[in-house]
Amino acid sequence: MTKRSGSKALTWMALSSVVFAAPALADESAKLVVNDEIEMITETDAPAHLDGALGTIRSGWTFRTSETQVLQMDDFDNPGMIFVDQALDQWNTVEGSAGKSCASCHDDVESSMAGVRAVYPKWNEEAEEVRTLVMQINDCRENQMGAEPLKYTSGKMTAMEALISVQSRGMPVDVAIDGPAQSTWERGKDIYYTRFGQLDLSCANCHEDNYDNMIRADHLSQGQINGFPVYRLKNTKLNNAHARFKGCIRDTRAETFKPGSDEFVALELYVASRGNGLSVEAPSVRN
Amino acid sequence: MQLKKLTVAAMLIAGAAAANEIAPADVVFTEDGAIEASLSGSPGVAENAPEIMNKGAGNCIACHQVTALSDIPFHGEVGPSLDGAGSRWTEAELRGLVANAKMTFEGSMMPSFYKIDGFTRPGDAYTGKAAKLPLDPLLTAQQVEDVVAFLMTLKDQ
Ligand code: HEC
Ligand code: HEC
Repeated sequence: MTKRSGSKALTWMALSSVVFAAPALADESAKLVVNDEIEMITETDAPAHLDGALGTIRSGWTFRTSETQVLQMDDFDNPGMIFVDQALDQWNTVEGSAGKSCASCHDDVESSMAGVRAVYPKWNEEAEEVRTLVMQINDCRENQMGAEPLKYTSGKMTAMEALISVQSRGMPVDVAIDGPAQSTWERGKDIYYTRFGQLDLSCANCHEDNYDNMIRADHLSQGQINGFPVYRLKNTKLNNAHARFKGCIRDTRAETFKPGSDEFVALELYVASRGNGLSVEAPSVRN
Repeated sequence: MQLKKLTVAAMLIAGAAAANEIAPADVVFTEDGAIEASLSGSPGVAENAPEIMNKGAGNCIACHQVTALSDIPFHGEVGPSLDGAGSRWTEAELRGLVANAKMTFEGSMMPSFYKIDGFTRPGDAYTGKAAKLPLDPLLTAQQVEDVVAFLMTLKDQ
């Protein structure tokens, strides 16, 4: 990292304490244990398929300030858990022409959904496609419940995604990238390394080449999605991965892809695979 | 009366400058990525640069630390500090760097500020929607000159 001169650092601090929240850097040795119980792997060796592009993979949690980090350490402090509770009601609510709720088929969410998040996106044999969790939820709604699909990044959908993800908290992300998923994975990798927009920037420019550097007031992370959906203090709601991808591509002055598009499904599989080995953290808390 | 004459004179100069402006597609780079001629045909005004380099058109500070601009908060660490840039580079080299840094540093992450084609899925500013073509360069010819004039003042102590 660039060293700041003494006088520069002083001005910086003086300014930030008055006008801005001080961008205190994260304590990189901090351990994430949720509810004094779930021990999270927030840093581990990169999976082999990254071919040395990263030595160590790190959860976005390790890049946040200690004030933000602590919000994720206890469910009572984690604002994302409110939405998880709402989704639990939804889980048990009958909707659609078949007169069923999620619970009608899957019973207790805690046992039936344990481990699911960790392996999504995942190849669906019958449909012959890679499915994200959102796609699977909507498939159940439409074809099992006879209910309307939910909008890809809607609050209701993201909350349901979070409820299902919570059942895998602490388990290592382990998405499959070979076999029938491989071509989708390759496509996602292509997108990850494509420089988009008038600023001509790829995901890798920011999250592989420059993680740990400041870009303006933002401390760049590796752009991992093991914590998704994330509760962002900035917009005070849960955000799913496609919404984040859209925001990042928009910020390169590019025409974005649509949430749920083939491109973003492929990108989700690829980015998830970069985090194979990190714990599922959802709902994580970020600024 | 005096004032009016002055305005007319200023307008004439501005008109002449626009006529001498080099369009993004016509820029000539040296082998090392420098641009010899002023893009606007007029000298740069260093005093205009801090605003351009802060949020907005240039946003240079997002990636670079500049001690002379330390009253602006949050300087980035993606590129090197620009302190001393005016000692390290000639004016022509700096013009090339700001217009299209990729001609100096192959594959650079630094955006090209005076270039309007060759992008993948260019957007309409930060709306996420498709751009209306042709694109405007990120900086105007005169803004590039203003930034270059400022960079020339950043000498080694
Ligand atoms: C111009 C720089 C830039 C580019 C290009 C960029 N991002 Fe980001 N991204 C950021 C910043 C800044 C943040 C917020 C801080 C952080 O978590 O890194 C962020 C955050 C994220 C996060 C949230 C991480 C977390 O733990 O909450 C993900 C996921 C992400 N980016 C993925 C991507 C992907 C995928 C691409 C390419 C499609 C991309 N980004 C392109 C700057 C960028
Ligand atoms: C998204 C990041 C980014 C932005 C925005 C950016 N730069 Fe850069 N700049 C870089 C990087 C990275 C380098 C180092 C060159 C390389 O290795 O590719 C660089 C190099 C330079 C250099 C040469 C550095 C030296 O002295 O050796 C100058 C001068 C420069 N930039 C000026 C500017 C100006 C002026 C602006 C705004 C109009 C700007 N940059 C905006 C990333 C950026």
